[in-house]
This record gives sequence, structure tokens and C-alpha cells, in this order.
Amino acid sequence: MMVSMIMIGGSRALASSKRVKEVLNTDIDLNDDAVRERISNGQSAPEVKAGRIEFRDVSFRYYMNNKNNVLHNISFSVEPGEIVGIIGSTGSGKTSLVQLIPRLYDVCDGSVLVDGVDVRDYLLDDLRGSVAMVLQKNVLFSGSIEDNLRWGDENASMEDIKRVAAYAQADGFVSSFTDGYDTHIEQGGVNVSGGQKQRLCIARALLAHPKILILDDSTSAVDTATEAAIRSNFLKEIPDTTKIIIAQRISSVIDADKILVMNEGHIVGEGTHDELINNCETYQEIYYSQMDKEEAV
Amino acid sequence: MRGPGRHDVKEVSKPDSIKSSIKRLFAYISHEKIALFIVVICVILSSATALMGSYLLRPIVNTLSEDFMNIVKLSDTGEYDEAFRVCIVHLTSGIIKMVSVYAVGVIATYVQARIMINISQRAIRDIRNDLFDKIQSLPIRFFDERNTGEVMSRFTNDIDSVGEMLNNSITQVISGTITIVGTLALMLYTNWILTIITIVFIPLMLKAGATIAKRSRKFFRAQQAALGALNGYIEETVTGQKVVKVFCHESKVTEEFGTLNTDLRNKQIKAQFFGGIMGPVMGNLSQISYAVVGAIGGVLCVAGRFDIGGVTVFANFSRQFSRPINELSMQINTIFSALAGAERVFNILDMEPEMEDVKDAIDMNEMQVRGEVIFENVTFGYKPDKTVLKNLSLYAKPGQKIAFVGSTGAGKTTITNLLNRFYDIKEGVITIDGHDINDYSRDSLRQNIAMVLQDTHLFTGTVRENIRYGRLDATDEEVESAAKTASAHSFIMRLENGYDTMIEGDGDNLSQGQRQLLNIARAAISKAPILVLDEATSSVDTRTEKHIEHGMDRLMKSRTTFVIAHRLSTVRNANAIMVLENGEIIERGTHKELLSQKGRYYNLYTGMLELD
Repeated sequence: MMVSMIMIGGSRALASSKRVKEVLNTDIDLNDDAVRERISNGQSAPEVKAGRIEFRDVSFRYYMNNKNNVLHNISFSVEPGEIVGIIGSTGSGKTSLVQLIPRLYDVCDGSVLVDGVDVRDYLLDDLRGSVAMVLQKNVLFSGSIEDNLRWGDENASMEDIKRVAAYAQADGFVSSFTDGYDTHIEQGGVNVSGGQKQRLCIARALLAHPKILILDDSTSAVDTATEAAIRSNFLKEIPDTTKIIIAQRISSVIDADKILVMNEGHIVGEGTHDELINNCETYQEIYYSQMDKEEAV
Repeated sequence: MRGPGRHDVKEVSKPDSIKSSIKRLFAYISHEKIALFIVVICVILSSATALMGSYLLRPIVNTLSEDFMNIVKLSDTGEYDEAFRVCIVHLTSGIIKMVSVYAVGVIATYVQARIMINISQRAIRDIRNDLFDKIQSLPIRFFDERNTGEVMSRFTNDIDSVGEMLNNSITQVISGTITIVGTLALMLYTNWILTIITIVFIPLMLKAGATIAKRSRKFFRAQQAALGALNGYIEETVTGQKVVKVFCHESKVTEEFGTLNTDLRNKQIKAQFFGGIMGPVMGNLSQISYAVVGAIGGVLCVAGRFDIGGVTVFANFSRQFSRPINELSMQINTIFSALAGAERVFNILDMEPEMEDVKDAIDMNEMQVRGEVIFENVTFGYKPDKTVLKNLSLYAKPGQKIAFVGSTGAGKTTITNLLNRFYDIKEGVITIDGHDINDYSRDSLRQNIAMVLQDTHLFTGTVRENIRYGRLDATDEEVESAAKTASAHSFIMRLENGYDTMIEGDGDNLSQGQRQLLNIARAAISKAPILVLDEATSSVDTRTEKHIEHGMDRLMKSRTTFVIAHRLSTVRNANAIMVLENGEIIERGTHKELLSQKGRYYNLYTGMLELD
């Protein structure tokens, strides 16, 4: 009887262990092993100091067996401290592009450089520690608001936390909660509204004091007035941080130092708002779809 | 016996609910009368053969021991061969008897197990069907009040433990009882002195078992809690992997996981230890009783009051007696947790479904719906103490486009929830074409309202099937033309297999905006005269929105449309714009009228203008 039970249990265990082994045996193909080796051989570890970004002829696709590229021959550069807006149709590749900067994915062709160094030559921790990203899908974890914000910086002081929360226009509503920063966030962040979640995620990213701040459509659920306040805080308080803003609304990027217009994986326009409004057809379409020509008067 | 994670020893259910749970569970198998009958016969047969085997052993052993003594006595004489032959004959016939008896027992056990598995699996399938059907009929409120994991665990953990119980416990209980009673009778028949000795040990064993069970239950509960915490953590961090990477939290997350993991291990060790010693402890106690029986039986034999065969058989009996008691007490855990699980399942089955349609409910599909919608003094709150809509009134003529704007939580989505009768209002009245919406049958009402919500829910299936979800009898051409209306056709054609591309998960292989366009295509294909767009284009950029504007206009033509949007470019050409604040309409009018009022709408709108 025991033997038969062992056999049954054994075959179950075998099936399950196969599945576990599958995960354990997966190669980690996005790593900084080469960098680590060089450092152990004496080379110094590069650090992100200024926040200059350059894309050189970058092409990218998510799946190797997919014949179509999501990004085609992308080239542009961003100076430290610049505000860059990225605007374009649904599926034009905006999110795919910015995800290459902190190496959430690696390029297929070309290279992404930060401060003149290929992102693959940085230690991942160093690179990601200097690039903060607010994703399109805002994820908060169960825990207090303070715990969540501390993901940006474990050792931040309470004043620091409140300060960046104020930049993100989040301090107001957090202070209005009975438990303030100790308010507990349920799994999935369901007890805060969409706009509040977005602002908390922005505060979390700001707390990391990054050299490069990427905002992927992070103010879509926030009304225009609040968004304008957040933007002016950025200008005032973090002028040295390179800011990349992906947005739907022209109003969000209209005063950027540079705007990149994307369509189907290509950059079809680059320049300031004034330049683009005269030269770039796609940009014009976007603009007029949002503005009423008559009302502008 | 299942592995550690599956023991769910919750609070023991109260007596009367035990009875009713058992009754209801039984109802799921009671229709399999013939199969159950066969099972019972087989169980009786297998228990009886076990008893008979033991009983038969006595005369066989006695005969054989006489034969052996004969052989030894006659070993030097000429009758040795004869005695030897007799012994072999008796041995052979004894073996044949035993083998045939036990063979019957084995076959009976096999048949019973096979049939019981079929019965229990069918019963589980029926319970699952009932549960899933019930879930479909429950009001939205049910899902608001529970998290998904809780509902899912009814389907998985709870039904699994019920299945286990039906599979094993029932037959074990029956066979255990028969064996105990039968063995007791045989024991008494064989030798009452030894019977009493054996019986004395029983309460000891039961007490030991109960004590262990009580201690272990506490630890099992702790183990389950730790398991739940660990699983929750895993789910959160795996879903939020990108955030973990972006903030370089990998090592911190691994550390926290390690703490939870260690905690679980410690609790598991305790729980498994106590669960594990149950068997050996009970076993040892029965060994002791075995030894005592053997000793005293031997003494009785020497004193001439008992025979060897009797002792052998009795030793067997006492084993046969204590084993089912052991197993029964271990089964109690399984049975209780299964009943607890069954209770939770029945709880859901007993819930109030959405309110029934009124008698003589009007079938909206049978009338020519014009699409005139009126809200009259509607007051509503999701919770009794918190009103979300206060005394709201609005009027939409057929074919008009009504837009709602306002800050988060002002009540916009609530209005559309009520239109669809996802929730029922207590005060005020909502009418469509002059009839209170409560007078329509819920199904026909919902078939006539198409909704495009902000959260897209795409199902595993092809793009075509997902669009067809809007109207199941749509043809392929209609699917394509709906996709063209929603400006989805071009990106669909760029996908691997076009319309036959499989959508994974919730559309993970498409961008947010593309998912939204599919959502809109779904609405385009439905022929509903009333349309609700709740932030339908919030993930779609304004340029694409402009492109699909003509399509959206076509979508909205001759349909009464309610639009909720943050983006003011969407609401600009509505027939009437309602500005909501705290559940009340504070401004209403056309875009131009509201701008000239220079009120709230003007402020919201000029957030854009000033930057020009």
C-alpha cells in the first residue's frame, strides 16, 4: 500500500518538478554579466551623471519570431535637463521606445546610449537607479502609502516624502485621508482613484531623485489644471533632471524643449511645437483634433 | 492523502449545518441509484471477505497445527508419508480457500473504487456547473464585495476537498463501520475475555487521536494563513514585475519573500509534524494491544482454555479492529474540511440572484425602441449611508448625444450603471420610451444597451470572435465593417493572422489603444439603440480618435448616446453636456452655452486654452 502511495505521489512530484525546473533553467538573457566581469578585472563602473540620452539607429521588436519591427531606425538625442515630449497614435511605439532606456528590453539593432555609454555597459542597478519610470499601468502594492512611496528611496525622510508628494500634487489628498501616509492600500490599489494612483506613482518615481525621469501617459486620469501644476513643479524643482513625457494631450507637451512625433514605429517629426505645427503633417492632425480652431481666438 | 498545502482545517461547522450540508451533497449523488447500490454491495462484499478470511483462518491453522504435530510424532514411523500427504492436502485446500476469498475481496474493492470515482466526479461536475451558472446570475454587487481570489477558491480548493471526500471518505466510512461491527461480533464469538482487553485500548486510542487532532488543527490554520500571505505576495510581485525592475527592488523583494517563506516553513513543520505523528502514535497503541492479546491468548492456550487457531485469528482481529478506527479518525479531518468547503459553495448557491423580472415584463426586443431616456429625481448610493447621486433628473431625446463631465467620483459611471440595472434604485424613476426600466425584462433591456467601458475585457479567442461578442449572430462581413467603423481594421490586418489572430490573456499582445478599438468595434456590431461610452477613447490618442470620429458618428447616428469623458474634445459636439459634481448636475447646456456661462465647464475647458 505504501509503495503504491509512493508511486502516486512520486509521479505527481515528477510532473510538478518538471515545471519548476523549466523556470529555473530559463536563461537570463538580459543581464549585466559582461559588465561585472570587466569591473572585477579592474575597470571602473560607469555612472550616470548628467542624463544625456542618445538613440543610434535603433530597431526593436518584442518577439524574435515576429517579422515586423515595432521600432524602425530610431535616432535622436536629448541633452541633460531637457523636457522631451513624445506624441503619436495608438500603437506607434512610444512605450516600446522608452522601455529601452532602463533596459526593460534590449534593442535588436543599433544602440541606446546614456551619457555617451551604451546602456548595456552599465550595471543594471546603477542604470535603473538613475532612470525612474512611471508606467502606463500604475501598480501600487499592498502596504501603506508611505511604504509604497519608499520604493523610490528606502531611506528618505518624511519631509522628503512629503515634498515630492507635493510636487506630484499628491500631498493634498493624502493629507485629507484620516490615516494620512499610513493609509493602507489594498491589493491592486483599489481604494484610491485612478488619478490618485497616478500621482502617487509619480511621487514614488520622484523620490528616487533620478537623472532621467520617464512619464508614460502618467497624467491621463488627472485633470488639466492639476497636470499643469505638476508640470510647473517639475520645471521649478527638478530642472536638472531629463524629463521624457509621453502624452496624448498636446497641452501636456506643448512647451517641451523638443517634441518627437511617432507614427508606426518611426519618428516622423522632431522639433519644438512651433516648428512642428508648420512642418509636420501628423503633428498638425493631432493638434487640430484637440483644438477647436475657432475657440483659439 | 493530499500534500500539505491542501489541508484546509477551518472552524468545524455546527451540527445542524453539518446535517444540511450532508443532505445537499447527498442530493448530488442520490440519482445514481444503481451505481450506488453496486458500490454498497461491493463495499459490504470486500469487508465481509476480509472478515471471512480471518474467520476461516482459525480452522485452517488448527488443522495444520494438528497435522504438524502428527508429522513430528510419526516422523520415525512408516505413517510419516501419509501424515505428510494429509498435511499438504490440508495446506493446499486452505490456501485455495483463502486465496479465493481474498480474490473476491480484491475484485469487489476494485469495482467499488472505479464506480465511486465515476460517481464522485460526476457529482463534482454537477456542483461546478451549478456554481458557475449561479455566479452568472448574481448581481454586480456580489463581485464588488469580494475579491477575485476568494470567489476562485470556491471553484478550486473547496470543490476539490468535496471531491476528495466523495471519492474516499464515503466508502471508507461504510467499509470501516462494517469491518468494526463485524470484527467485534467475531471477536466476541471467538473469545470474550480477549475482546474485553482489546476494547479497553480503544478509548485510549481515540483520546490520543483527538488530542493530536486538536493541536494539529491550530497549526494547520496557521499554515494556511501563512500560505495565503505567501501566495498573495507572489501574485502581487509577479504582476508588478516591471515596477520591481524599474525601482531595482529585486533583492528587496527576494528578501521579503524569503521571510514569508521561512515563516511558512516553520508553520508547516509544526503542522506536518502533528499531522504526521497521528499515524505512528495510533499504530503503536494498536501494536501494544496486539502484543497484550498475544501474550494473554498464549497463556489461555497453555491453560487449555483456548486454541492456537483462535489466538492467531484473534490477533488478526484486533488488528482489523483498530485499523478502521485509526482511518476513520483521520478521515474526520477530510470530512470536516470538505463539509466546510461544501458549506461555502452552498452559501453562494443560496445567494439572491439579481432581482427577478416582474411578472409580464415587457420584452424590449419586441418593440420599436425609440431611445428616449428620462431620469426623474433619482437618488442612489452603493452603500446605504453614502449617497452618490442626489435627486438627479435628465432628459435625452431619441438619437441625442448626452455628455457627462466632472471630477472622479462625481457619479458619471454610476448613472450608466443604473441605466443597465446593474444596481437597482430605490428613489426616483428611470424610464425608456415611457416605461420604467424595471418593467422591462433584464435580458432584453441589456440587449438594447451597448456599452463601451474603460476597462477592456477581451477573451481568449480570435479577434473575430471577440468582436462578434457584441452580437453573436453577426456575419464575417459585419465583423469587418464594424472593425472599419472603429478604425481597427488596418491594425488587425497587420497582425500575424489578421482576424484569426488569437488574443492572449486580456489582449496582452495588443496595445491599450488597440484593445480599446476592438471594444468599440464590439459596440459597433451590436444593433442596440442606446449606446453608453464610458471613457471609451481615453486610451486612444486624439489623432486616432479624430480618424474614428466619422466612424463614431456613424456609431452614434440614430442611437441615443451617453458619453462620459475626461477629454473635452470628445464631448464638444454633444447635444447637451451635464457637469456633475458630488452627484448633482451643476451645469447643463451645449458647449457654447456652457462656455459663455464661465462656470465650472469653462474652467475645465480653459485649462487647455490658456496654453495656446
